[in-house]
Amino acid sequence: MLATANNSLIAGRTTIFSPEGRLYQIEYAMEAISHAGTVLGVLAKDGVVLAAEKKVTGKLLDLTGAKEGGYGGSGEKIFLLNSNVIGGVAGLTADANSLINHARTIAQRHLLTYNEDIPVEILTERLCDMKQGYTQFGGLRPFGVSLLYAGYDPQYEFQLYHSDPSGNYSGWKATCIGANNGTAQSLLKQEYKDDIEVKDAIGLVLRVMSKTMDSTTLGSEKLEFAVLTLDPETKKPKAKIYRPSEIDALLQSEGLKKEDEEMKP
Amino acid sequence: METSFALTGKGYVIIASDTTAARSIVKMKIDEDKVKALGPHLLMAHSGEPGDTLQFAEYVERNIRLYNIRHNYSLSPSAAASWVRRSLAESLRSRHPYSVNLLLGGYDVPAKEPHLYWIDYLGTMSEVPFGAHGYGSYFALSLLDRYHNPDASLEEGIATLKRCIDEVAKRLIVSPSKYTVKVVDKDGVREIEV
Repeated sequence: MLATANNSLIAGRTTIFSPEGRLYQIEYAMEAISHAGTVLGVLAKDGVVLAAEKKVTGKLLDLTGAKEGGYGGSGEKIFLLNSNVIGGVAGLTADANSLINHARTIAQRHLLTYNEDIPVEILTERLCDMKQGYTQFGGLRPFGVSLLYAGYDPQYEFQLYHSDPSGNYSGWKATCIGANNGTAQSLLKQEYKDDIEVKDAIGLVLRVMSKTMDSTTLGSEKLEFAVLTLDPETKKPKAKIYRPSEIDALLQSEGLKKEDEEMKP
Repeated sequence: METSFALTGKGYVIIASDTTAARSIVKMKIDEDKVKALGPHLLMAHSGEPGDTLQFAEYVERNIRLYNIRHNYSLSPSAAASWVRRSLAESLRSRHPYSVNLLLGGYDVPAKEPHLYWIDYLGTMSEVPFGAHGYGSYFALSLLDRYHNPDASLEEGIATLKRCIDEVAKRLIVSPSKYTVKVVDKDGVREIEV
């Protein structure tokens, strides 16, 4: 009897309200995310731009296998969820991998049923349904992950969404998750213009990133970058996740490249 | 005998179906509407086994409505047709398959273009500029081959449809007496008199 009582106490801990009416596990998860690498997204008239900061790097980490990236050029923090949606994650990498796997499955299942790319909000909503489930059912902890979704669908065109561990989601013109998100958001609020174009959004994202990242260096070893636009010929969404060499070239052309002597081979 | 036609034109789809409900050799009813509006820009003509047709059409109608309510996002004609095709294909492989043949037409609002899909009870689907089901199709398809014009105005489209109806009336031994004709375009769905 005692064992059962203990079990239900442990199992219940994740899902129950505190006497003040709060769900601490969710708040802790959000707190964990606010220390994770920054992910920043800006919605433009003709596309969406995402950038992410890679937190853990060191001379000894073997990155030779990461040069080409994963599916669609996916890296550590920016992933291709479907041909029309790019996701940027902040939080626990292991939890994020599982969510991304689910997102890709949801997108493919939609493609199978409806023979069209999944609309961005539906993908966001479906993933949030799952995140919410983990805040309510016994014995589970919430996903320690916030995501940014940059996507396109024919009805609502370019969109940028954010979702957090509670399963809440919202659409944004420009937003930021992870470390220093407050600073980044106030910078974005000052500089965002409603009719911004992708080429200016790229500059804005990189400038804000270089200001919020508290590191002396800015290069492909610390930054991931992706842009979603429409292919001018096919009129289909074109997701481009930048490869390390392309990121360095981009930073160079924007005049934001900061080198660190110690990191040089 | 049961007959339905559909054709596309410049920015519209016309769908027509006869209005008889027959059982064996007896006409039970001559004002049955067999063209259902599935949404603000989606039409579907259904024919086949009586009972199955209405049951399946209502099942499709409510599922499409549910999708709209849940996601605040309307299915494009192509997505709706793919879903309907899959439903029929799954039904065919169940213990009690629906025998329903469909013509599904709609106006894709974001892309500003009309689409028409020919679907049969085996789960065959094909996007077509015009299509027909039933005995009338043997007479109508050759006429549509000759007279269909994808850039035709609504009046020209209706004239082509009339040719089909007249030909069926002239040549088919038990030809239907009345048709419901519906149009879907950028302004939505409406019934017209021919």
